[in-house]
Amino acid sequence: MPEQEAAGTQGSPADEVGAFLRRRREQIAQRWADESMFRTVFTVSRDEAAEAARHVVDALAEVADAERMHDTDAAGFTVVREQLARMGAARSRAGFTTAQVSAEVEGLRPPALNLLISDLKDAPAERVRDCTTALTVLMGTLRLVVLDTALSEGQALIERQQLQLLEVATPVIKLWDGIVAVPLIGTLDSARSQVVMETLLEAIVEQHARFAILDITGVPTVDSLVAQHLMKTVAAARLMGAECVVSGIRPAIAQTIVHLGLDLGTVVTRASLADALAYALHELGAGIVGPAADGARLR
Amino acid sequence: MPTSAGVEACLPIGSDLDLVWVRQHVRQAAARLGFGLVEQTKLVTAASELARNTLVHGGGGRMDSAQVTRGRAVGLRLAFSDDGPGIADLELALKDGYTSGGGLGMGLGGARRLVHEFSLESTVGVGTTVTVVSWASAPPRLREEF
Repeated sequence: MPEQEAAGTQGSPADEVGAFLRRRREQIAQRWADESMFRTVFTVSRDEAAEAARHVVDALAEVADAERMHDTDAAGFTVVREQLARMGAARSRAGFTTAQVSAEVEGLRPPALNLLISDLKDAPAERVRDCTTALTVLMGTLRLVVLDTALSEGQALIERQQLQLLEVATPVIKLWDGIVAVPLIGTLDSARSQVVMETLLEAIVEQHARFAILDITGVPTVDSLVAQHLMKTVAAARLMGAECVVSGIRPAIAQTIVHLGLDLGTVVTRASLADALAYALHELGAGIVGPAADGARLR
Repeated sequence: MPTSAGVEACLPIGSDLDLVWVRQHVRQAAARLGFGLVEQTKLVTAASELARNTLVHGGGGRMDSAQVTRGRAVGLRLAFSDDGPGIADLELALKDGYTSGGGLGMGLGGARRLVHEFSLESTVGVGTTVTVVSWASAPPRLREEF
């Protein structure tokens, strides 16, 4: 009955571990500061590494006091989560794999465990076993927290980059009075095409555009969904009083569209952006005149 | 000499991002097997259509790709399979303009025209597998039919 015995004498194993962590805070921190996990991240001074290690020891003690050794969401971890994320990120930048970072966190366990065992040398064997198990579980949870934080950092980064891509890839360029162009680049999925449509329609209003050129030179694959998005954009622009020209249709894409059986007959298309601009200028009644009557003519 | 390295693969299809992955894999595999630009583009487009069908109608699934040879001809076989509701009327599903998903209804029939060989197996309530083969150059003579 270790539970009852413990309750009567020194508290539960978790309490014991919590008390141990606070009692030995400085020794553990000093030992951890020499472990690669801290040593290689906090390279400026050893004090800095020790200070970071102290924060982690404090957090672990708080988690142990709350008897939430298994819980990666324990309140105690929230204070050090940011610091752990920074450490994990630093290791990732140094080219470490997740497994290597995990092994480094694991490296923090033996020094702490040895201290605990030496502290408990007079305790009954059963008590020693329970307390070392509790500390091992706690260190395992710490390892999970570090990995969890590193992974969610990566996920957050990916989400930020996805948003950036949405914004970056859809500039609307004014080519001439009344003529705007959107160079489409990459995959035209539903989210992207929605952004394209919105920015294009706004630009049509802002620029009083009569012509909008959708250049798909940078779109590697035109399948039926992409074609559908293009046609919807064209139809929407038409409702706003602007005519759309789809340009940049490469030979391979043209053949594919024909085989696919897509009918783009309602859409004005041109092979290149230059052709589309020439068409729009012509329709607007604006001609291109050379510097002299006998000067070199465009195209 | 084309090798099968980087051609054999099984890719999951569970989101829009997976479709990007499927397209890139098919493009690279086709290029590696010596497909010309037009054939590459056609096969990638067919793969895009079929993978989207797997995602939208089949509720997700996977694509298996493998190199095939017949005589001296080298080709790429892509199998798209899902455990979705299946297709009740194959004729109707292949008909241009018929859609049950709000698209243009050109995907399945269009994909069939973009590849050299096309087979569709579907059992209602069990799932659907679409297998396509395209050859790097002209299709092998014994199957040539115009």
